[in-house]
Amino acid sequence: MIASSASVIAAPTPPSSVTATDVPWDSGGSVTVSWISSVAGSNGLVQAQWRIERREIINDQLTAEIVWIKVADVPADQMSFDAVKLALDHAHVFRVSAVDAQGVGSPSSESAPVFAARNFFVGTKIQLFLGILIVSACVIICILRARAGHPVKIRRIAALDAVDEAVGRATEMGRSILFVAGIQDMDNIQTVAGITVLGHVAKTAAEYDATIEVPTSRSLVMEAAREAVQASYMAAGRSDSYNQDLIRYITDEQFGFVAYVSGRMVREKPATCFYMGCFFAESLILAETGNSIGAIQIAGTAESSQLPFFVAACDYTLIGEEFFAASAYLSREPDQMGSLKGQDFGKLIAGTLIVIGAVLATCVALWPTSAMSSALSFLKGALGS
Amino acid sequence: MKRLIPMWIAIIAGFAMLFSAFFPHTESWGEVFGNIFNVVAAIAFVLGAGSLAKINLAKVSRRDAGWGYAAITLICFAVTLFVGLGKIGVHPNPNPQFAALAWSGEKNSEGSVFGWIYKYGLVPITSTMFALLAFYVASAAFRAFRAKNIEAILLLSTAFIILLGRTFAGVVLTGWLPEWASGLRLENLSVYIMQVFNTAGNRAIIIGIALGVAATSLRILLGVDRSWMGSRD
Repeated sequence: MIASSASVIAAPTPPSSVTATDVPWDSGGSVTVSWISSVAGSNGLVQAQWRIERREIINDQLTAEIVWIKVADVPADQMSFDAVKLALDHAHVFRVSAVDAQGVGSPSSESAPVFAARNFFVGTKIQLFLGILIVSACVIICILRARAGHPVKIRRIAALDAVDEAVGRATEMGRSILFVAGIQDMDNIQTVAGITVLGHVAKTAAEYDATIEVPTSRSLVMEAAREAVQASYMAAGRSDSYNQDLIRYITDEQFGFVAYVSGRMVREKPATCFYMGCFFAESLILAETGNSIGAIQIAGTAESSQLPFFVAACDYTLIGEEFFAASAYLSREPDQMGSLKGQDFGKLIAGTLIVIGAVLATCVALWPTSAMSSALSFLKGALGS
Repeated sequence: MKRLIPMWIAIIAGFAMLFSAFFPHTESWGEVFGNIFNVVAAIAFVLGAGSLAKINLAKVSRRDAGWGYAAITLICFAVTLFVGLGKIGVHPNPNPQFAALAWSGEKNSEGSVFGWIYKYGLVPITSTMFALLAFYVASAAFRAFRAKNIEAILLLSTAFIILLGRTFAGVVLTGWLPEWASGLRLENLSVYIMQVFNTAGNRAIIIGIALGVAATSLRILLGVDRSWMGSRD
């Protein structure tokens, strides 16, 4: 009891061997600080936590006025810490103090100066990088094979087969076609995919002499849509029918946009509605309004949270990857079809890894051997999970 | 040339963004192209505003059906633009950081007309639109959950379990089940369906989306798909 009281009252002992090392393969600004507890056998149980402090060395000189900046307080059982967001152009020196009920103890000796250097490559993203390389290689090889004349078979996508029917219906009914390319800007890949589909739909509309309206929620999307539709009308030999005022900017405001489009749908009653792009809460409002006016509706998005709404309210829905395959499917160009084949190889690799992982995890759960556990850990580590 | 220049801009910007994600020394490239995009988008806004004004002015001058709404749109647009650019109500309450500069305060700061329009005009209107979503969800659910075939019955049953499991009614209905059958309690069934079946299905879709994004990006970066510019030629 007396010994215990004495150990609490005594000033906390600073740790020894404080070292600071640059975190390898990072984008810079991170240093790992590690230390050894000086309280033999206690593993730092006397003090409540460790306080880590740093200071910078500017122009090879320690700052004239030595100011130690607190980096963090960490639990007593922790013996290393990653300091982040450090300046890249200065060296940093660290020290560690023990903290207990009596307050902060004397600091340790300083670590050697260290630069939080920026490395050539971000090591934590190696799995993603390799994955992109493998998928890209598959896509490029398949494009080259398709160019060489190897046939590419692609499964039927009902939603895309229905495009001609939907445009034809609008023509027969003498009503317009409404195309909404999402509510995001051109820096969103879904909007780009939506514009590619718009080009194909506009070409069909031009051939059928149907009217296509494209309200947009971004000015850049309006410009891109105008270019795409104009080119489609020219390709169809109907450039005289192109009216750029039918492709108009409404507002960036999400619900302002949806109010306009819904109102327009109720008033004009378009025969066909396309929703192709990035959608959020407005997806259901648009699709339900279209449903209520009896329009044939085709939707496509990669927002998985909005897919159920489109599935519930639209006649056809392009789910995720089908949406990105739309351009290739509709154009039937060998280059683009080849890229779809490459994408399938990516799916095959992902599927194989999932099956291996599931089998390994099941085996570890049923027969927990070290070999199985090591194999599962290796797979998890290799996939960065 | 009209197609070639945008295609090369897309290729260079795309690769710069890709490299900046993996190679720290090229991190600034991504920021540069991000800033360029913001500048281009800001310039394009003038075109958007021009389109808005042109179409609504034409509607008013032709006295088309609903021209009054077009007039209201134009008036609101002009007023908001004027009070926003002029920072009406902001000056003489400038930002203390730049006290010597007129109009240095935030356009939507306390007391500004723009902030007032935003707070008491736009927010209530958009909230109203958002609130309507509840009714659209109800009507979509009513149609989607009609038990017309086996798949629809399965969907309806699953939805029923999830809905009940997320309410107190679910807990009360199956709370009597003994501990060894606790997995069949509605709240636990609901969690199980969401964590296992829903997650599995969602992940399959997300993997497909990721591969689709990669392939689409590659098609654009390699110049294989130029339909986003309108045509291949």
